[in-house]
Amino acid sequence: MRLLIVEDDAEAAAYLIKAFREAGHVADHAGDGLEGYAMAEGGGYDVLVVDRMLPRLDGLSLIRSLREQKDATPALILSALAQVDDRVKGLRAGGDDYLPKPYAFSELLARVEVLARRRGAPASEPTSYRVGDLDLDRLAHRVTRGGTEILLQPREFRLLEYLMKHAGQVVTRTMLLENVWDYHFDPQTNVIDVHISRLRGKLDKGQGVPLLQTVRGAGYSLRAEPR
Amino acid sequence: MGSQKPSRSRLFRSTAFKLTLLYMGVFAIFATAALGYVAWNARRLIEDQIRQTIDAEITGLSEQFRQGGVRRLLVVIEQRSRGPGASLYLVTSPFGERLAGNVEQVPVGLLDRAGESEMPFARSAEDASGARPAMAIVRVYVLPGGFRVLVGRDASERDRLRIVVRRAGGWALAVVLLLGVLGGFVIARRILKRVDTMSETTVGIMTSDLKERLPVSENGDELDRLAINLNTMLDRITVLMGGLRQVSDNIAHDLKTPLTRLRNRADEALRPNATTDDMRRALEGVTDDADNLIRVFNALLMIARLEAGQARETMANFDASAAANSVAELYEALAEEAGATLTSDITPGVTMRGSRELVGQALSNLLDNALKYGKPSDDAPAHVSLILRQEAGDVVFTVADCGAGIPPDQRGRALERFGRLDSSRTKPGFGLGLSLAKAVAGIHDGTLELKDNRPGLAAVLTLPVDGAGGGFGDVPAS
Repeated sequence: MRLLIVEDDAEAAAYLIKAFREAGHVADHAGDGLEGYAMAEGGGYDVLVVDRMLPRLDGLSLIRSLREQKDATPALILSALAQVDDRVKGLRAGGDDYLPKPYAFSELLARVEVLARRRGAPASEPTSYRVGDLDLDRLAHRVTRGGTEILLQPREFRLLEYLMKHAGQVVTRTMLLENVWDYHFDPQTNVIDVHISRLRGKLDKGQGVPLLQTVRGAGYSLRAEPR
Repeated sequence: MGSQKPSRSRLFRSTAFKLTLLYMGVFAIFATAALGYVAWNARRLIEDQIRQTIDAEITGLSEQFRQGGVRRLLVVIEQRSRGPGASLYLVTSPFGERLAGNVEQVPVGLLDRAGESEMPFARSAEDASGARPAMAIVRVYVLPGGFRVLVGRDASERDRLRIVVRRAGGWALAVVLLLGVLGGFVIARRILKRVDTMSETTVGIMTSDLKERLPVSENGDELDRLAINLNTMLDRITVLMGGLRQVSDNIAHDLKTPLTRLRNRADEALRPNATTDDMRRALEGVTDDADNLIRVFNALLMIARLEAGQARETMANFDASAAANSVAELYEALAEEAGATLTSDITPGVTMRGSRELVGQALSNLLDNALKYGKPSDDAPAHVSLILRQEAGDVVFTVADCGAGIPPDQRGRALERFGRLDSSRTKPGFGLGLSLAKAVAGIHDGTLELKDNRPGLAAVLTLPVDGAGGGFGDVPAS
């Protein structure tokens, strides 16, 4: 995956480029908004990671200008202004995701990978998902594993649906809270972990291969083979 | 600076003195104008009377002339001229010779044209030598045959009036000026003295840690109102400063502990005989601690921004019932794992204007607290309920538990930042949850109240259905 990182803090940018390369991605760097706009316009990037405050052209204007040029490259906004209305402003400007500073790199990586995957995905969502011997039928609201039906609560169903949609990828706790419960705040305790362990109990109980795996320091991943 | 006796120049510069002078000036102008108007009218009245008298004389003399000719006219004029307080008379021949009358001299050319004019006159020699000769209003009348008759009357009455009015006006003005300056001086001195006392006290207040208060007299005048308001403001500043000091003390105290722990973990990793595993574990602990600290700072920043009234522009209409259900579902699993029960009783279909995100966060904080502190005893499971009702123009969220509750006198402190009530601070958490919920209530123009659930605590979040009323232009006034 090819990334463009638009960040004026050289140290932070160097850290991000190194970390993304270690994760197996290619990352370019632009030091200000205008340079970032020129590089992004050249195209070829899968995801843009844009700092909100940039010299010469701020991050929101950069994304807005790209969208006006019908450039739909997924963009993630990084912001030190981590409160309430900033997310809304960022998404209104055409950003696809928003991450307040400071963040864990694992969180950024997980979100960037989801954004990159979304780009290649078909416009309409499939009616069913399959991971290993686990099947989810979105129309019938039915989940089976190895042919045996698993009964899930509506919210558990949405949780599993999101995990299966991003099967093989790492999803973080905040991503789950955002997409399953539609809240963006930081829950004070491990509320998400409890839901995951409940779901895991229902999915993997008495099964040889655990599907729902914990990724230490990052989140969870649903996959057929152990990592 | 600060002398008891107001110095003269300060007195003259004082607002009270300037105001008095201004009033006085305006009054003097009006008084002069009024006096001038009266004098002008009186003068006109006098002149009218003189003219009427002259007209009557001329009518009478014309009558004599018609009946007896010039001779008769001359006789009558000679008679009238001699009477006391007589008018002025002069009759001349067509060649300009003086025929009769009591006027000795006439300005050149006056007799050439008929009509009214004014002339100086002297009835006797000593009058003529006066510095200012008396003036008379005269009328020249041409008889058939070229004889000219001049009839006039002394107008010195009119001139005397002018002198009297001018003198009276001058005196009155002088008295007004004197009284004004004196009055202004006295008033300014009085007010300046009180203002000086106030400003001296203010200096005292600034140097004495805001303990003193301004003196308030019993007059109830504007200076007293000012003093009372300033005192109220000082009280409020004292309370706010106390709160601020409390918060910064708490921050220092509450952040020292996790920072010390973080340091200790780093130390652990740096031990000479630490294995890679030890180091990894220690670093993971360090990351967790740092994340927690960041979380605390984020919460503090968020409270500050909410209290400053930001985030209002993201408000929109949302389904409060669905939002509450979502939070309840989020916490049900957690409650179950902790062996507690969470029941929700949510009136469906309640919508309100506000920030769904913030309301959700506030409810999440309240549920978190209830699950943490809502146990009847250490062994018994907590029972927590989330209730949503629509009451009149408000949406009322209640999070109730059956724990120890909070005594009424400590409820205010529980809503403060870092206002944790267990002094030992053994339970996890930073005591920011309730104050964040309170800030969320505040930005919606709502309230957060802590009540007695008998037993336990009931946190009641009351938010107006139409959102923060004054904050938006697009909300119709209810």
